Amino acid sequence: MYEGIVQDLIDELGRLPGVGPKSAQRIAFHILAADPVDVLRLADTLRQVKDQVRFCEVCGNVAQEQQCRICRDPRRDVSILCVVEEPKDVVAIEKTREFRGKYHVLGGAISPIDGIGPDDLRIRELMARLADTTVTEVILATDPNLEGEATATYLARLIAPMGLTVSRLASGLPVGGDLEYADEVTLGRAFAGRRALS
Amino acid sequence: MWVKSLHLSDFRSYAALDITFEGGVNCLVGSNGQGKTNVIEAIGYLATLQSHRVASDAPLVRLGADHAVIGAVVSHEDRHMSVEIQINAGRANRAKLNRTPVTRVRDIVGVLRTVVFSPEDLSLVKGDPGERRNFLDELLTLRTPRIAGLRADVDRVLKQRNALLKSAAATGMSQSAADTALAVWDEQYALHAAELLHERVHLLQQLQPLVADRYRHVAGDVGLDVAMRYQSSVAGTDDHTPGPDEMTAWTPMHWQQRLLEQLRVHRRQELARAVTVVGPHRDEIALSIAGMPARAFLSHGESWSLALSLRLASYDLLVGDDIAPVLILDDVFAELDDVRRAHLVDAVTSATQSFITAAVEHDIPAQLHARRYVVTKGQVSDVRPQ
Repeated sequence: MYEGIVQDLIDELGRLPGVGPKSAQRIAFHILAADPVDVLRLADTLRQVKDQVRFCEVCGNVAQEQQCRICRDPRRDVSILCVVEEPKDVVAIEKTREFRGKYHVLGGAISPIDGIGPDDLRIRELMARLADTTVTEVILATDPNLEGEATATYLARLIAPMGLTVSRLASGLPVGGDLEYADEVTLGRAFAGRRALS
Repeated sequence: MWVKSLHLSDFRSYAALDITFEGGVNCLVGSNGQGKTNVIEAIGYLATLQSHRVASDAPLVRLGADHAVIGAVVSHEDRHMSVEIQINAGRANRAKLNRTPVTRVRDIVGVLRTVVFSPEDLSLVKGDPGERRNFLDELLTLRTPRIAGLRADVDRVLKQRNALLKSAAATGMSQSAADTALAVWDEQYALHAAELLHERVHLLQQLQPLVADRYRHVAGDVGLDVAMRYQSSVAGTDDHTPGPDEMTAWTPMHWQQRLLEQLRVHRRQELARAVTVVGPHRDEIALSIAGMPARAFLSHGESWSLALSLRLASYDLLVGDDIAPVLILDDVFAELDDVRRAHLVDAVTSATQSFITAAVEHDIPAQLHARRYVVTKGQVSDVRPQ
């Protein structure tokens, strides 16, 4: 245990995701040794983030204004909507530059263990967006795990009666990888989802 | 495949141990508490990443040490592979294959395959249904690694589904609201559980004649027939209980429909008890000999012979798959009379490599040509065969 405030700092850092007690200690001592200007800049940024960043009122992505950059962009295709769990998934898909439609961020996946039901996600907002005829296709891009699959199934059932095209991201082998390094589950899925070449 | 050498450091009672083995039969002889079982436990751990004696890793690390290491050179069709695992109590373990660290510890599974029989296996016959389900699932995983992922998925969906049932009960959710909320989890549960059920029933169909055959030899009685029946909480309806052949013919899709139907039938009961009452986790593999349920009617000796037959049959099945695992029998001869010992000698000498432990030298049948190792106070020394 360190004296008062130093220990407080270590404890606070230790609450961050992916930071264990040892790392927290190392970061704390880095901060103590660092130039005060750098540390103040970090502190300011933290404060600004909490003050200024909010969530887009349309899609739920992080934004600095009422709507996020993507929702404001008139060049984006409004007929196709990609549903993801978290804002960081938007960033991942944007990096591909393949998708020119718009997004809807749910804010998580259905998980009764964590007490998250459909009402805790931005599903009502999603249904409202689909109510008019602008959107014709919905891509369900939730994580390929149990909770993500369950959420996708739930949404597919909800959207199906509206007569829209609903698709789910494919799962299979990573591109550029070697077959031998794929784990059995991925390889098994890739077999199940194989496609004809001729 | 066979274990060419074994290295232990800070594992159980061993501070450091380096020992070489040979193909064929290896006997570890030593009084109680000297460390025989620790050696075979280490070999088993390297194959399955779990101990056959304890559920957690902590007891495996020598008292006062930070971590334990098990390393082995495994020879398979004249190729040598070194495999090593570092067991860190309370932290993630690490593994190396041919001296190179692997990203996932599970990657070393399959380099070495073992079938272990130990006195604890009596619970396969006398214990709860969970012991038998586990036995079946572990054998499935050994044959098809993909099953490990399937089992994890089934467990995870069950947890999610039970959490939902619990919160539905606590908040007094109406039946129709609960139906809507449960629908997606029912679907996910049926999807994964059906596949597991399908695999289990198929495995049992293949295993049954092998177990019966082994039991006839081990028990030395030709007249007693062993039966293994999969009693599913899912398969039967009020007016029909399907037989083994009927269940084997079912596709995963069929199981899925049966399971969804059973979930509907048991909805009210599940909501009242806030737990999933049908599925692979509620099934039983009923063992019987000459029509008598094994759990209730078998004597100690008979139960013991049946448990041994289950392990030997698993071994036979894996040999049939072209995997020929290392056969490990902990303290097996002490319980058998001379006739049965002779039968077992045939079994262990036919294995590419086997390990046998015994407390006293004269428990080992004279006709068994084995390399002997004497285990005393955490030291293992090999004795040239006489």
